[in-house]
Amino acid sequence: MPLLEIENLSVTFPSQTSDLYAVDGVSLTLERGDVLGIVGESGSGKSVAMLAVMGLVAFPGQVTADRLTFEGRDLLRLSDNERRALTGKDVAMIFQEPTTSLNPSFTIGYQLAETLILHEKMDRKAARRRTIELLDQVGIPAPEGRLDAYPHQLSGGMNQRVMIAMAIACNPKLLIADEPTTALDVTIQAQILDLLLSLQRDRGMALILITHNMGVVADTTARVAVMYAGQIMEERSTESLFGSPQHPYTAALLAARPEASDGGRLATIPGVVPGAYDRPRGCLFAPRCAYATPHAAECRPELRPWQNGLIRCHYPLGDTTRDERIAADRRAAPPAAAPEVA
Amino acid sequence: MVRFIFTRLSLVVPTFIGITLIVFVLVRLIPGDPIETMAGERGIDPARLAQLRHEYGFDQPVFVQYLYYLGRLFQGDLGRSIVTHEAVITEFKALFPATVELAVCSIIFALCLGLPAGIIAAVRRNSIFDHGVMGASLTGYSMPIFWWGLLLILLFSVQLGFTPVSGRISVMFYVESVTGFLLVDTLLVGDYDAFRSALAHLILPTIVLGTRPLAVIARMTRSSMLEVLGEDYIRTARAKGLPAYRVIAVHALRNALIPVVTVIGLQVGVLFTGAILTETIFSWPGVGKWLIEGINRRDYPVLQGGTLIIGAIIMIINLLVDVTYGLINPRIRYQR
Repeated sequence: MPLLEIENLSVTFPSQTSDLYAVDGVSLTLERGDVLGIVGESGSGKSVAMLAVMGLVAFPGQVTADRLTFEGRDLLRLSDNERRALTGKDVAMIFQEPTTSLNPSFTIGYQLAETLILHEKMDRKAARRRTIELLDQVGIPAPEGRLDAYPHQLSGGMNQRVMIAMAIACNPKLLIADEPTTALDVTIQAQILDLLLSLQRDRGMALILITHNMGVVADTTARVAVMYAGQIMEERSTESLFGSPQHPYTAALLAARPEASDGGRLATIPGVVPGAYDRPRGCLFAPRCAYATPHAAECRPELRPWQNGLIRCHYPLGDTTRDERIAADRRAAPPAAAPEVA
Repeated sequence: MVRFIFTRLSLVVPTFIGITLIVFVLVRLIPGDPIETMAGERGIDPARLAQLRHEYGFDQPVFVQYLYYLGRLFQGDLGRSIVTHEAVITEFKALFPATVELAVCSIIFALCLGLPAGIIAAVRRNSIFDHGVMGASLTGYSMPIFWWGLLLILLFSVQLGFTPVSGRISVMFYVESVTGFLLVDTLLVGDYDAFRSALAHLILPTIVLGTRPLAVIARMTRSSMLEVLGEDYIRTARAKGLPAYRVIAVHALRNALIPVVTVIGLQVGVLFTGAILTETIFSWPGVGKWLIEGINRRDYPVLQGGTLIIGAIIMIINLLVDVTYGLINPRIRYQR
């Protein structure tokens, strides 16, 4: 039984004119001990999708899914109490801004012990002892002295270590890290990633790493899902994704990395991610894609198996017949000046 | 912290002198002096008037009078009432507990209703409850105290007969003053009927005086709570799996209270000004009513002394609020 199964997960925010699709038909499967990276631009829905798994989508947002199970339990059918018993214990999450993610009015010792008292039913004394152990495990020097410190007295890197300690306090089976290093400086970034990976290895927990940093993904994850405008565009092993990207969007993302630059201008992807009101009828990437055809602009591709992975594209880059098919589709209907929007 | 308190205290002296000057000049701008006022409509013999004015020093230039007043003040002498010949400080001490009892009950009333109303309105934003609370608090804030008081008296005392119209306690009871607070004194002697009577007399004045602080606290709690509920650490608290009441009552409220405490401190001044009107409407024998009578009788020492003491109290309470602020906000506490 897979640890986490997501099938056709959508998160919509209703508005007066048209609903905003933050997440649109995301499917993922995660086994125990897997390390999965989710990459995408800002606003591609990667964080919201994982908040939906945590049950943390705020009020007007509506979560729907054909299947959303954790260890075979249907998360959408659990009562609030059952869901809460899972959240923070078996599934934990850490966030982008460690300093604002900790409550400024409580000591870190209190905030850590709170989780232990809630889920492990420890008394205050036992929780305090365990808290010191945890702080030690995440590499905080002299942990006894830090228990009574407030978040504003620690650095961002230290605070992120506290957040990690809080997340692993109850030995979660799945840890979701939402851009855990974005707010930190470069030397600390590497330390935090190393810490996360060593904790993942030692405890055999599954790790989902959300990031927009391709370099981080390449170094840390075994599998990557590339998200765009709320949809998964491509999913495969990190090695093959970086070696030969199959989706034009993945290829464009990789080409836009500073490391991929030959010293001239950095490559960019023209245009912006579609918003709530200009969502294309067909392929969501079509308006920005170099290979778009009238067929792609009309007909939304399904996520389908392709070369040991999944892809959502009519013309994958590794397809030997793609040039002919693109040419044929462009002949079939004269290319429009601007792609039509729904 | 000690340095902070001393810095604040050093501001007290110039503020005091400012209060004395303003009050001293303002009371003398009111037409008529105490002696004319006491003589009333019948008038007084001009020679006798001049003689009395000379005795009280009213014939001297205002500036000289002010210096004499300051001189006595620095020796700790607030003067004697011209009307009762009682020392101002003695009169104040006798009346002050009544005002404090009313003010404390009002602020407790405002907190007990305002905090929960503000919290629920924020958590259920845009619900009927939210709109109801915000509408009611705006109405309450805009309601002139004298009118609101009269409306409540008309409905609850006159029409329905639920509460007494005025006073602190029924004339049937005599309670030996120990603390000066009737609710406490009646309980100390174990006279529960007197306690009930005192309580019944307190209800309407408490509501009238507490309405404005209630409105301010409810609105402030709501907006502060709304801001805090959008913070990252609230998401963290929910991600821990904490039940909703704990997220709101512990993680959000502690932070949301910081601005609310400041506002409560500022309400102390509002309470005293409100008490002047409220006590007059309900014939509440407190400092506010005493000051109003002081104005009517042009009792200069009462007005000057009373205003000065109230000013001092407000300053001390604001200082205490600033200290409390540091207690609930660790980010301030640790700054040197």
